Amino acid sequence: MSITRRSMLAAPALLTGVPALAQGAPIKVGALHPLTGVAASAGNAAKAALELAVELINTPQPDLAAMPLMATTGFPAIGGRPLQLVLADQQGSPSVAQNQALRLITQERVVALTGGYQSGLTQTASAIAERHGIPYVNGESVATNLTERGFRWFFRTTPIGPDIAAIYMEFLKAARVNDRPISKIAIVNENTEYGTSIADVIRRTADAHGLSIALQIPYAANSADVSAQVLQLKDAQPDVAIFISYTSDAILYARTMRAQGYRPPILIGDNSGFSDDNFVQTAGDTAQGIINRSAFDPSRPGSNSFKINALYKARTGREMDDTTARTMQGFLVTCDAINRAGSTQPAAIQAALRATDLKAEQLMIGYRGVRFDEKGQNTLASVLLVQLRGREYVSVWPTETATSQLQLPYRGWE
Amino acid sequence: MILAQVVLNGFLVGAVYALFSSGLTLIWGMMNVVNFAHGDFVMIAMYVAFIAFTALHLGPEFFVPLAAMMLFLLGVVVYYGLVRHVMRGPILAQILGTFGLALVLRYATLWIFSANFLSLPENLLGEVQTVAGLRLEPSRVVAGIAALILTIGLHLLLTRTALGSRLLAVAEDRNAAMLVGIRPDPMQALAWGLGAACTGVAGALIALFFYITPTVGESLALIAFVVVCLGGFGSVPGALVAGLTIGIIESLTSFWIGPAFKDVVVFILFLAVLWFRPQGLLGKA
Repeated sequence: MSITRRSMLAAPALLTGVPALAQGAPIKVGALHPLTGVAASAGNAAKAALELAVELINTPQPDLAAMPLMATTGFPAIGGRPLQLVLADQQGSPSVAQNQALRLITQERVVALTGGYQSGLTQTASAIAERHGIPYVNGESVATNLTERGFRWFFRTTPIGPDIAAIYMEFLKAARVNDRPISKIAIVNENTEYGTSIADVIRRTADAHGLSIALQIPYAANSADVSAQVLQLKDAQPDVAIFISYTSDAILYARTMRAQGYRPPILIGDNSGFSDDNFVQTAGDTAQGIINRSAFDPSRPGSNSFKINALYKARTGREMDDTTARTMQGFLVTCDAINRAGSTQPAAIQAALRATDLKAEQLMIGYRGVRFDEKGQNTLASVLLVQLRGREYVSVWPTETATSQLQLPYRGWE
Repeated sequence: MILAQVVLNGFLVGAVYALFSSGLTLIWGMMNVVNFAHGDFVMIAMYVAFIAFTALHLGPEFFVPLAAMMLFLLGVVVYYGLVRHVMRGPILAQILGTFGLALVLRYATLWIFSANFLSLPENLLGEVQTVAGLRLEPSRVVAGIAALILTIGLHLLLTRTALGSRLLAVAEDRNAAMLVGIRPDPMQALAWGLGAACTGVAGALIALFFYITPTVGESLALIAFVVVCLGGFGSVPGALVAGLTIGIIESLTSFWIGPAFKDVVVFILFLAVLWFRPQGLLGKA
């Protein structure tokens, strides 16, 4: 079936004289990100990171030689053909993501797809790639079910729900509030795929650890006002509040908590919104000591993460955040697989992805490596906890690898 | 105590909704044109406030009037440049005309300022105050008071002044107004200018406590249409009553049932009101 479909796809390319096989013609990789709409700040950060990745791959970078494709030009195993990024705006809408994935595959003829950003959009876009037999590598969506669908063309490099919930619970079991263990946990989550799935997995993991979730408040993203949620928390007085939100709501929560004078002893802001540099710049001063997860710690000079962050900062004037770094890593893994495939044939790239075995030192992020299981999930993804100090996140957990001491309770604006 | 705070917050959010909607109801009521660019007008006003503050170091006492003036001009330009022409076309052209304008404004802003979130410093109007155990954010209180003043001012302008009578005359019957010597174009341009100026005030005040980004209008615009419908098309006091009602209901629903359900409750109520009073709470049949 897939052979027929592929040859049907290839036929028009040959007829119209698209130089798909010409020496030196760029190899197209598609990426779906929210370049407009409410998540546009995250999408544009991803755009800058992916453009940086293209530049690094297409020109020799002796300084980054530890990472695949960096020392050479383009794809050395495919005649040195250059990489071309085809970026599509999914506008934060699941149906647009689907249409754009279709357009990238059938019209742009990309050899692989990456990105997606919001889990709910990765879900719809990757279904199109699956149907067309095109590899889809996601670097940033964490909803567990994405790799539970039995897809054969979907691969994911990021740590996912259970990894994240595990480190939160490990930390919360060790943490003390007023010299007593944590007893009451509250979750506030946006109610699409991302927030719902992370909240569910945290709830299950908490149960397994003998901690229970006392209160869960799902809300619709992009609210005009969040004060009722904050007052609900203020009323319930949990030991820990865990927020799972995108950027706009994250900013609003930090500001509203200050306005309502509410500070839980421990505040966790799960990644996406709280990792966005926009959150740190606009609301960071009122959320001092917020705890977040991250896989990206660019603080060690000489590390790949440090160098990539410096290049990114020179380009954008901003620090690379964790989500953007995970996105870029996913893209780099895709490109490495294409090169190892030695071909632009989807099946060859799929096989190369399955055979991926990248070591920690070959990555720009703090995973232990990249190796996919039969579901397409990276089994070596790892995550650490960071805490906001000033306008920077510093690593605080696990304590063995932490660069800073954990500070509790949450300070907020003081 | 928490409950009192919930109601108070709902009241203050409702006042912002009212403030935000007054410009829309004015244009709607005066001209029977739905301004789909309304949310983006507010967004532009937020950027005016941001630039005035960061580049010109102007405080709110200057940037709020400045935003009102800039938006007044924008409103007049939009009337002469776009609305006057699309009004001659079919109703669909009117709808898509302002919708197109919304996209132009939004994406031009995205292009110039990028999608990054901006904000004014918190507590530009002073620290949060505690009065009788209730927490009051000065910026929200000022926005609430401004909503009241603006509503009363607009209402008086329309009902007690000659200018208001001329505006209403044109709204009622363009041809009849021309027969008694009122030139409709300047009146309608004025209506657009005033409507836009209201959104200017709203945007500049909302910028004091909300984030600023090119798509911020999306988060706020839908509620403005609901407020205007519920209050009654073109009824300025109606927008105030409806804004406050929706604010308080949203706040209580979020607190008691959960924030994910607030839209359901608000919209059921909205449909129920329209069932009995299709013209809205204070609209004329």
